[in-house]
Amino acid sequence: MIQQLIRFLTSLRLTVVCLALGILLVWVGTVAQSDEGLYQAQQRYFKHWWVAGVSLFGYRVPLALPGGYLIGTVLLVNLVASHLARFKFAWKKLGIHITHVGIILLLVGQLTTDLFSRETQMRFAEGETKSYSESAQENELVFLTDASAPDRDEVVAIPESLLRRKGEIRHEKLPFTVRVQQYHVNSQLRRRGPMVDTGPPPATQGAGPGVVLTPVAETRSMDERNLPSAVLELAGAPGTSGTWLVSPLLEPQEFKVGDRSWRMALRWRRVYNPFSMQLLKTTHEVYRGTDIPKNFQSRIRLENPAKRENREVDIYMNNPLRYQGLTFFQYQMGRDEMDQSRGTSTLQVVRNPSWLTPYVGCATVAAGLLYQFLMHLAGFIKRRVA
Amino acid sequence: MKQWLPWIVTIAAAVWVSGKLPAARDAAGGFAREEFGRLPAVANGRFQPLDSVGRNALLQLREKQSIYLPQEKRPLAATEWLMEVLMQPEKADERRAFRIDHPELIALLKLPTKEATPGEDGKHYSWSQVKPSLDQMEKEGKRIREIKPEVRTPYERAVIKLQSGLFLYLRLKNTLQPENTVDFVQDLAEYQRALAPGMAALRSREAGKEYDGLAFTNLLTVVEPFDKLAQMQSQLEAPFLIPPHHPENRKDEWMRTGETLLESVRGQALHPALNYYARMAVAFRQQQPTEFNKALTEYRGFLDGKLPAETKKARAEHYFNHLQTFYTAMVLYVAAFLLACGFWFNLHEGLRRSAVCLIALAWVVHTAGLLFRMLLEGRPPVTNLYSSAIFIGWGAVVLGLVLERFFKDGIGSVVASSVGFLTLIIAHHLSLTGDTMEMMRAVLDTNFWLATHVVVVTLGYASTFVAGFLAMIYLLRGVFTRTLTEVTRRSLTRMIYGILCFATLFSFVGTVLGGIWADQSWGRFWGWDPKENGALIIVLWNALILHARWGGMVKERGLANMAIIGNIVTAWSWFGVNMLGIGLHSYGFMDAAFRWLMLFVGSQVVLVFLGLLPQRLWRSFRPAGASAPTPAQTAAA
Repeated sequence: MIQQLIRFLTSLRLTVVCLALGILLVWVGTVAQSDEGLYQAQQRYFKHWWVAGVSLFGYRVPLALPGGYLIGTVLLVNLVASHLARFKFAWKKLGIHITHVGIILLLVGQLTTDLFSRETQMRFAEGETKSYSESAQENELVFLTDASAPDRDEVVAIPESLLRRKGEIRHEKLPFTVRVQQYHVNSQLRRRGPMVDTGPPPATQGAGPGVVLTPVAETRSMDERNLPSAVLELAGAPGTSGTWLVSPLLEPQEFKVGDRSWRMALRWRRVYNPFSMQLLKTTHEVYRGTDIPKNFQSRIRLENPAKRENREVDIYMNNPLRYQGLTFFQYQMGRDEMDQSRGTSTLQVVRNPSWLTPYVGCATVAAGLLYQFLMHLAGFIKRRVA
Repeated sequence: MKQWLPWIVTIAAAVWVSGKLPAARDAAGGFAREEFGRLPAVANGRFQPLDSVGRNALLQLREKQSIYLPQEKRPLAATEWLMEVLMQPEKADERRAFRIDHPELIALLKLPTKEATPGEDGKHYSWSQVKPSLDQMEKEGKRIREIKPEVRTPYERAVIKLQSGLFLYLRLKNTLQPENTVDFVQDLAEYQRALAPGMAALRSREAGKEYDGLAFTNLLTVVEPFDKLAQMQSQLEAPFLIPPHHPENRKDEWMRTGETLLESVRGQALHPALNYYARMAVAFRQQQPTEFNKALTEYRGFLDGKLPAETKKARAEHYFNHLQTFYTAMVLYVAAFLLACGFWFNLHEGLRRSAVCLIALAWVVHTAGLLFRMLLEGRPPVTNLYSSAIFIGWGAVVLGLVLERFFKDGIGSVVASSVGFLTLIIAHHLSLTGDTMEMMRAVLDTNFWLATHVVVVTLGYASTFVAGFLAMIYLLRGVFTRTLTEVTRRSLTRMIYGILCFATLFSFVGTVLGGIWADQSWGRFWGWDPKENGALIIVLWNALILHARWGGMVKERGLANMAIIGNIVTAWSWFGVNMLGIGLHSYGFMDAAFRWLMLFVGSQVVLVFLGLLPQRLWRSFRPAGASAPTPAQTAAA
């Protein structure tokens, strides 16, 4: 029984089957991107154990496939097992061993990247200073109240996934219970017209009575983001009876519980940094007479009081800033909506503790393949000449 | 004969090639159009000679670099056409510069068809013929632009394509002088005469003093067409003809003629280049080649003194256009292919050696073109889809020649010449979309990664294709001829296997380098972008073939079949993913290419089915003298 299992796990057939399934998955996952959106397809096909039902060229196909995690894991087990079972040192096979060690590194590296990496964005206009970046996909419900220190807030953040479930949310630092009455993945808000909009308002308190809420379908486009909204009830806090509407489109709304004042907002999920960055100047050059971008560049003042750092840096295409385990890349550039003379810049902020593994893995595999290939070639030429 | 044939063939071909080397000269007594074509301008964001402006425009408008004139029985060269467009547009308006071949579009524009009107070819039409229906075009274009490009019908795409062609034509027409100009020199003189009194009147008027009303209105009348020209030029994104006043300070501040003209209102003296162009325009209209050539020579002298580097670069690119290296190489590859195929039929060693010599010569020409392009662009060999085709061909020819060197059986030659020819044909079709030396957008603007990732991954494509073509030879010769002998079979298998190892190495390293570039420029080693995934599929497929072979799951024939599927995989990654229209690497939807891709994939699938036929149906495996088994016999067996 164990013998059979070992034979199965170490067989080349398993490798070939995994590679074939991998090809199929990558292909399906690529084609599906035009129907499901790049981000969604990535999550569903490559970052899951199973894929049930695929979309091909606009059609739904009832097909079940092993997902990226499953194929990757089985390949990894297969690789490690066959090397443990059959490893015998020989100069002739050295290249093959090195190559496979590199492949293991790449697989493990990709897995850890998936698990530990985080991508956020930092968007600011010239002159603005920011000490946090924001998620491009996720949102959070926050309750803010004055902390003991001046110009500091105490923040209670609730991830969007809890809102999605609706129901009740309790937190030890909140003197009330949040009841989620409605939640919409994507929505539009507009100001309520006095004569036109006669239906009931989405909520009774704060900004709620002044707007009209229209739920819309979830967007799959790369260039748009979902703007969720929720209608909440704060139970157990006197003076907050009624319902509140929250959405990233609204400013934070204030309310009082006892003599403590609170603000609440549904906003793009934030990640705070122990340092701040100020956008000094943006440069956006195009080639003469065209709109082909030639250069995007942001000049930034980096301030880190803990390390007594205060310096200016340039971030531009193919020249990111690596600082304190984070990497800042030039991502987009534009103009401030309110003030066209002010440039805006968006930086992609990436934390990826295993960013070095692909470099090492690639070099290892290349060395192994090259070794093996040159050995073959040398043998071949020797035979030909002889 | 046997020994002499390769020499004769090579020398003949070399003479033909060297005949193309001397730079193009202008005929005495005529307009110096080649010299005019060498003038530098800034178009599409880069310095280029007017010759390139003309050629690229004609390629986009009518897929050829010239217009054939049936009455005069000669082609109208691109530069000559451009001279007409710039200086005598009413003549250019009559030239059949637009290719319109969709029947519904022809009907929409009420154009004469081939059947109904003698003298029409039903494909090429002039601006004057299209002009009466411009309103219709405008209306249709507006409607269609609201439809997503992927779901447009062929007719709708034809409308959009023609519309952008018309836009391009208007752009060129407004590059030099206002439309309907008869004598640009005189207009300039009048403008300058009106300028001083007119400006004085304007200043007095602004100061609230008494002013010369006549001089004032006079200036307004003269300025008006120039002002309109300047507006048109910036709307149409016209090329920049006029060099900067002070090239020693800012090299890239080239100007359009309109803005140069308006500078005078602000007190700047009229740019000398404008005068030269005006003189050329008038001489051209009045059919005075001597005057034209004189103004042109003087302008050249002016440029040589002020902008020696740009002038030199424009001249070099003009020479490159003139050489048509890739076309020459293509012709040589075809000839070599025929010779190598001939060798398989009668095994005449002279034919094989001739083929090898021709391929080597073609490769030298191919390489020269590649290097020339790299020098002009100041970039590594692959910068866009067009150059990837040229480079894949180049790499495949090298591999084919190496195989031929070792095996000496004509197989390497056939692969080298056919892949070389096919990729250059593909490159030619890709060049129809416009300038092939366009500037690199900021993300791609790094020579280091273009030289490493792009080159290596392209070599990976090239070698996977070579393995696939070798496999095609295995199958075709095996199924249809008796020439797949034991020896040939063995050596073909060895070649396929060897090239696949090579392909695995290159596609893997290239793909991972791409990941590292992505990590460097947007912080993501692997983004599951379609182009990345395409490259990954090639790596996985090559790895799968090798593992299946090592595990004994496939033998010779299976290896060949899998290598053919490698062709499909590579074609998909090279072109198919661009047609999905998503991701950072996409270049837009290409419908004609899609049809060809499907044809190619279809042909490869047919080959794989052929390869799956039982071996007793292969001619090469049948015992000598036996006739083909009938279906009944096959069924009985």
